[in-house]
Amino acid sequence: MGVDMTKIPHLDCISQNGVYRGVPERDFSTFNARMRASDKILPSLREAIARTGLRDGMTISFHHHFRNGDYIVNMVLDEIASMGIKNLTVAASSLSSCHAPMIEHIRNGVVTHIETSGLRGELAEQISRGLMEVPVVFRSHGGRAAAIARGELHIDVAFLGAPSCDPYGNANGYNRDEENATICGSMGYAKVDAQYADQVVVITDHIVRFPNTPFGIPESQVDYIVSVERIGDPSGIMSGATRYTKNPKELLIAKTAADLIEASGYFYDGFSMQMGSGGASLATARFLREKMEQRGLQARFALGGITGQIVEMHEAGLVEKILDVQSFDLIAANSLKNNRFHQQIDGSYYAGYDNEGAAVNQLDFVVLSALEIDTNFDVNVITGSDGVIRGAIGGHPDTAAGASLSVVVAPLTRGRIPTIVHRVNTVVTPGAAVDVVVTDQGVAVNPRRADLIERFRKAGMPLFTIEQLRARAERIVGTPEPIRYRDRVIGLVLYRDNTVLDVIRQIDET
Amino acid sequence: MQIKKTGVAGTVESSDIIVRIEPREEPGVELTLTSSVMQQFGRQIEKVIRETLAELGVESALVDAVDKGALDCTVRARTAAAAYRAAECTDYVWRTKG
Repeated sequence: MGVDMTKIPHLDCISQNGVYRGVPERDFSTFNARMRASDKILPSLREAIARTGLRDGMTISFHHHFRNGDYIVNMVLDEIASMGIKNLTVAASSLSSCHAPMIEHIRNGVVTHIETSGLRGELAEQISRGLMEVPVVFRSHGGRAAAIARGELHIDVAFLGAPSCDPYGNANGYNRDEENATICGSMGYAKVDAQYADQVVVITDHIVRFPNTPFGIPESQVDYIVSVERIGDPSGIMSGATRYTKNPKELLIAKTAADLIEASGYFYDGFSMQMGSGGASLATARFLREKMEQRGLQARFALGGITGQIVEMHEAGLVEKILDVQSFDLIAANSLKNNRFHQQIDGSYYAGYDNEGAAVNQLDFVVLSALEIDTNFDVNVITGSDGVIRGAIGGHPDTAAGASLSVVVAPLTRGRIPTIVHRVNTVVTPGAAVDVVVTDQGVAVNPRRADLIERFRKAGMPLFTIEQLRARAERIVGTPEPIRYRDRVIGLVLYRDNTVLDVIRQIDET
Repeated sequence: MQIKKTGVAGTVESSDIIVRIEPREEPGVELTLTSSVMQQFGRQIEKVIRETLAELGVESALVDAVDKGALDCTVRARTAAAAYRAAECTDYVWRTKG
């Protein structure tokens, strides 16, 4: 019986392990005592930063699941600054107006580059006016997931705030055992960072007993844990419920959008959908719900940023499954905690460009908002009418490209600012991925979608050309003078495949 | 039209403009304008205010306008109302369109 041991693959690796040396010393303390002795929990943030070996020139990452209530970014940057580390890249899934203190760290050379989905508030104002030497790189959620997985965006240390974490690092945006001080629901964007970063520090205000199940981030991906007093302001992290809009303009837009979707051929038993944030797109769900009930239709899944409205439809049996990369309100967060078919997904599962099975590619339709839409159907969601950055790419280009029907809803004018223009300030979602534009004063269908135009005509829906809508807006508000920009580029907008789609220039106020 | 006292019309609600007109000793209209859409429509708003005052025969006034994205028709209406109040004039000639 000649057995050839050398045919075992990797035999050399096994042999290098040597011979059996016995069971290492066992721990006979109770499970509870052992848990308290976990050495992943460090006494201070400073010690955690030191232990990661963070040094000048590295890339640190953050998630934006705490939205405008986030304390983590400012807390970590203050500590890093006091340790004298400089020249860092901040790669956040997004940044909000609460991150204005970063301006000082940029001035002092602690932060020299930013990669994010968006910017708001004073930080955005200052960057639009030339605060940073190096242009900010803006990515969609799907583009960021792809860049991290490919290694184009390499994260040295991820600092991830978590509303619950056990002593070994199983972390989540909620906790099933005890009430949390803070709750954020899904931690979808943080999951990608945890998976790919060299070092992961979880910062929590709620150390819970092992095992913290279900977990959003598994212990195997976590190196250090820091317990702090507060990780954020609960009222800034999420509100009780996303309110139905009462704005008649938005309701009119939403009703029209729902009628179009019904006539589009993508509203059938077993369809899939995503509703963007924003009054009109959220209200569309309400009108669709009525149609589903009337016709006895059920959705197979709802994707996205999840709101209480989608949860209500799920609990009423109208939506079979929820895929949740980001929970928008407390109802959504509590549903993730309690409902079996409300699933937390990561940024790559949601929209990853290289991920063929990404959920966005399984969408029948998506309803999205816009700051500006131009006559090429290009959409801007990042720069305001004054050229200043005031938004985020989010999943806009990901869902628009992935869905079979992309509907963009917006009022024709906002105050004196026209929404439909000759040329958007910044292209975030290319017109080739935008099918229908719904305003309070008319609907335009992208000529690329002759199939939709025919369906809507047959259904007797009045249609305009996008140029007719633009002219109508101009008749009301007049012709705005163009924004003055300098030549200097302050931001790169990447498409979801991480090619350069557009640039943002410094505004000229002289 | 002679400006005799301070006249105000409008609100600071969005899509409105508040116009304040006061007597000025020197001839000419001195206008200060702040607007939420200054860069895109500042010159247009100033033009409409000046045109409206000229049509009313206001030759000397101190005008302060705070705009929150009002359309031209609103700018015209608020300016005229403020001027009539400042001139203590009530014989407004209503015009009908078409």
